[in-house]
Amino acid sequence: MSPINKNAKQVLAPIVSNKRVGMYHQIIVNIGDLAQKCKPGNFVAIKVGGENSALVLRRAFAISRTSTSSINGGTMELIVAPHGQGSSWLCNRAEGDLIDIVVPLGTAFGVPTEPVPVLLVGGGYGSAPLFGLAEVLNTRGCRVDMILGASTASNVYAPMEGKRAVNTMRIYTEDGSAGQSGRVTDHLYEQIKDLNAAVVYSCGPMAMLSAITAITTALDVVHQCSVEESMACGIGVCMTCVLPVTGGDGVVSMLRSCIDGPVMDGSTVSWNQVGKSL
Amino acid sequence: MTTLDFSTTIGNAWFPAPTFTASGCASSGRELAQFFPLREMGGVVTKSVMSRVRPGRPTPRMAETPSGMLNSIGLQGPGIDAFLAQDIPYLVDQKARVIVSIAGETVEEYSTLARKLRSVSGISAVEVNISCPNVENRGLVFACDPDASRRVIDGVRRTLGGELPIIAKLSPDVTDLVSIAHGVVDAGADGLALINTVLGMVINVNTMRPQLGGKTGGLSGPAIRPIAVRAVYQVHAAMPKVPILGMGGIATGKDALEMILAGASGVSIGTATFGNPTAIMSIQSELKQLLIDRGFKSLKDAVGYAHRSEIDSHE
Repeated sequence: MSPINKNAKQVLAPIVSNKRVGMYHQIIVNIGDLAQKCKPGNFVAIKVGGENSALVLRRAFAISRTSTSSINGGTMELIVAPHGQGSSWLCNRAEGDLIDIVVPLGTAFGVPTEPVPVLLVGGGYGSAPLFGLAEVLNTRGCRVDMILGASTASNVYAPMEGKRAVNTMRIYTEDGSAGQSGRVTDHLYEQIKDLNAAVVYSCGPMAMLSAITAITTALDVVHQCSVEESMACGIGVCMTCVLPVTGGDGVVSMLRSCIDGPVMDGSTVSWNQVGKSL
Repeated sequence: MTTLDFSTTIGNAWFPAPTFTASGCASSGRELAQFFPLREMGGVVTKSVMSRVRPGRPTPRMAETPSGMLNSIGLQGPGIDAFLAQDIPYLVDQKARVIVSIAGETVEEYSTLARKLRSVSGISAVEVNISCPNVENRGLVFACDPDASRRVIDGVRRTLGGELPIIAKLSPDVTDLVSIAHGVVDAGADGLALINTVLGMVINVNTMRPQLGGKTGGLSGPAIRPIAVRAVYQVHAAMPKVPILGMGGIATGKDALEMILAGASGVSIGTATFGNPTAIMSIQSELKQLLIDRGFKSLKDAVGYAHRSEIDSHE
């Protein structure tokens, strides 16, 4: 059996910059040579709260992009919304602060070997890792289109430089405050067909991933989704982040979204059994 | 150079260091091997395994609480046959010392599991987990019932014969822990693992329903450490010769030392590993240094030191 998280290392890494981008923080962390080991879809587990904190668990964040050529050496970018105690602590870190991280963790998005058209679908700040993925897909010659959705305009994450990595970008908001009014899945069936997309990549809330899977299954298109389950450890030891996944033998079992994910084949996830007893 | 005998024994099993994973907090050890060589700690206590594949409880399975967390995993696992075929050979190959933890729904299931372990090489001891709180029926928590606890350990002892040391893992959620501990030792346990998680609940005030899919869960982490220290202290006072694997919120070498002074011959690290994959390694080196700093020549001299009277300690 292959080793688990074979590239992962625990290091103290300095924060290069921390900027507010709308509702989110863009945090750049110097991770040196580890940047070369990070692939789109991987995540990082960060110790939060500092010494003597009552927060005992690490926090998992998707890596939105990495750079191996910046003046700071290898870096990773995180897009963080200060929603809870842990993420707020991280958003309050200053340039030069050291953070205790374990990286890279989990599965990565599979990149097609042929230059096929692909469609990227993101919900809220779940869109962040899709921009790093778009850059990689571009270098493979894929035509990349993107659909983003959120409840309201301020929750859409769509940086300027990210827009350059995609052919078209459509935005949906539930309240109509940006782009079209509605959800990313409203016209997804037609959009996949029109673009002749061979792969749909997605990242966002579980309900969105489930709805996309219904559409990609009907069209027989590959759906690689990055799932979101609360994790205690991020490294596969605690068994809290499990999802019901159908194996090759047709048997549904509880797989860990931290090491068998976060990127999973949407068609294998038994979405209607999420949160239920098997 | 100061030398310290850091080794410990549980029954006839010898370990070069008194630091172990806690069952259920390190899966089968493989996941931690990326962060440090498994042979460098005292031993791996594997996740409690049952006879058959078990999917466990529904998600959400976790809620972080002040200085702790609730979990309701529900003994998810591959079943004993797959475990013995896949996980034990890996651990043996890594030269890790292994304590296999078993859990059953009936007295007979524990004996069946023990029978399967009898002929397996590379196992140092068996932990009999009679105290997992994450079961549908609280009546299944054998460790809450002195008679049921005794019957489980008696069955395992008869099946195993005298070969492998038996460690009974007990629950703090009882009125008289010492009497339960006496019962399982009388029935043949060589050692005790204290404590399992404490039954708890979190209610989400937005959904206004229990946060966990399984509703209740086991509380772990530094929040329960004083309960664990008390449990170890009480049981050691009653049975000073019975080795105890102490656990419950140990996150630093100082925490480990506290447990040793209370009467533990070894410590297990659980929730701390979730926050820090190398926690066991740093706890191990910190503990060693703390013992040396206090002038101990041997870990064994520190076990139960807190029980000594003023006169004893000046001898």
